Amino acid sequence: MSTLYERPKSILPTASSYCPGCLHATATKIIAEAIDELKVREKAVYVLPVGCSTQGLVSWDLDIIGSAHGRAPAVATGIKRCRPDCLVFCYQGDGDLASIGLAEILSCANRGENITVIFANNSIFGMTGGQMAPTTLLGQKATTAVQGRQLLGTGYPLRMCELIKELDAPRLVTRCTLRTPAGIKQAKAAIIKGFKNQLENKGFSFIELLTNCPTTWHCDPVTSLEFMEKQTEKYFECKTFVDKEERFGE
Amino acid sequence: MEKKFMKGNEALAEAAVRAGVRFFAGYPITPQNEVPEYLSRRLPEVGGVFIQGESEIASINMVYGAASTGVRAMTSSSGPGLSLKCEGISYLAAAQLPALIVDVSRGGPGLGSIQPAQSDYLQVTKALGHGGHRLMVFAPSTLQEIVDLTYNAFDYAERDRNPVCLLMDGVLGAMMEQVELPPMKEPDPKAQSSWTMGRWEGEEKRQSHLISPIYEAGLEGLNKSFAERTKRWEKEDVQVEELYLDDAEYVVTAYGIAARVVKSVVEDLRKEGVKIGVIRPITLFPFPKESFNKLDYSKVKGIIDIEMTIPAQMGEDVEAAVKGRAPVYTYGHSGGVLLDDYDVKQAIKKIIAGGKEEE
Repeated sequence: MSTLYERPKSILPTASSYCPGCLHATATKIIAEAIDELKVREKAVYVLPVGCSTQGLVSWDLDIIGSAHGRAPAVATGIKRCRPDCLVFCYQGDGDLASIGLAEILSCANRGENITVIFANNSIFGMTGGQMAPTTLLGQKATTAVQGRQLLGTGYPLRMCELIKELDAPRLVTRCTLRTPAGIKQAKAAIIKGFKNQLENKGFSFIELLTNCPTTWHCDPVTSLEFMEKQTEKYFECKTFVDKEERFGE
Repeated sequence: MEKKFMKGNEALAEAAVRAGVRFFAGYPITPQNEVPEYLSRRLPEVGGVFIQGESEIASINMVYGAASTGVRAMTSSSGPGLSLKCEGISYLAAAQLPALIVDVSRGGPGLGSIQPAQSDYLQVTKALGHGGHRLMVFAPSTLQEIVDLTYNAFDYAERDRNPVCLLMDGVLGAMMEQVELPPMKEPDPKAQSSWTMGRWEGEEKRQSHLISPIYEAGLEGLNKSFAERTKRWEKEDVQVEELYLDDAEYVVTAYGIAARVVKSVVEDLRKEGVKIGVIRPITLFPFPKESFNKLDYSKVKGIIDIEMTIPAQMGEDVEAAVKGRAPVYTYGHSGGVLLDDYDVKQAIKKIIAGGKEEE
């Protein structure tokens, strides 16, 4: 008998603490698979943000450092500059990265730091109970936007890939959806590419993953996927914005 | 030892390099700018890393990341910037990471004044961030002391796995004096590899490491261990300079640059026959309570606290240490107004004559 499928080595054999139907679990799995396939678990340092993904503190089997809300790219910068031999990556949500951490992510990307940032965008503050995020869609309900997000007063949902692609330094800027098996495959390939860029000293890679939050969207998982298809992916276009082969600074 | 005529901020920076600091991240703010300027040139010479962060917030978090690798990391700032760094300092404390935090203080509150002041005493000794953690705080009053205290800061930071704070002021940062520079330390980050981020090439197979500023079940235990550590500091790590306390009827207390003015005034007054002594805290935290405790209060008629800030801040700790056994008087100027030795002398004389400025 041959093994066709097994738990990635970077994940501890514990139950996922994410809610049923949450695509954070899928993201966790493909990141872990990417690490296994590249055989880099021994050199990986995972910078965790503040949000639902903080739960990763108890489920990952990697060197892990928890960071302050929004500051993961700054923490990763400090680690990578001192340990350029390590694979340093951040996994941040949309409240963390696109709201409180805007300055850190843009400056880190602009410096061309040789790290990999994976951005899980579910258009809501999940951990704190469903408040409006900068990525909440117009009309989408949140506990701090009970009538649905309005343009006046809250502006448009923030598209992070489109902001970061305007910088010259990033080597990879791409957005994938975790809604479909095809999207998950693309996302995993993008993560592997982002890690490879770092291992080859190319510079900064940014991979956005569109995800869901059935719990705070107040729907079942299947309905959440329908919302992603009809709403989320209409506003956040899934495509590769930047994919440069040359090393930053050369 | 190598002797050099240096500016305070640069002496601090060179001492940090010699102490083995190999990572600095900071953001421009007066009156500490010579620290990052010097280190931006100096650190690359020794294989270190200098980053000008996009903000104080990013800078302290870069220090947090660097410290997690076992590399000696520091930042410097002044009041307004230090406030922004407080979030990160609280995280450093919670995650038990060693680092050096330097405050070259200026007048506050708010943007205050870029002129020297001692306005951050309460902030650095009581609450560098939320959560109730404490840092050891050192307050040099000469450039040599800046060098020596900086050079030894990581002995405490790494022993305790806790950030250490060095509180200077704009005068000390800008003035020039001769200093003796100690030899270069080359600490190996691999010596910290039992807890740091990132496996080393050839390192034996080991469990994954976790550095976390978040605790669920263990928080109370952690805070209890911090409380015990604070008690140990108070027993073992207090540094203080005491002068003429044996016959003192009045005791002047001051730290940092204010203490230098005070010491010269006290020398003058003693020549005039005034029985007056000095307590100069070098560690502001742990505070030298015992120096006040052991005074002979049958002789001491008053304690005079002199600071470059209004209202007095250290004065609160002095009151707590004196416990009402003698009146505590305060005198000082606020941000930007240097203490003048003539004024200080007159103020002390006035207090001795009338004791009317008691607070």
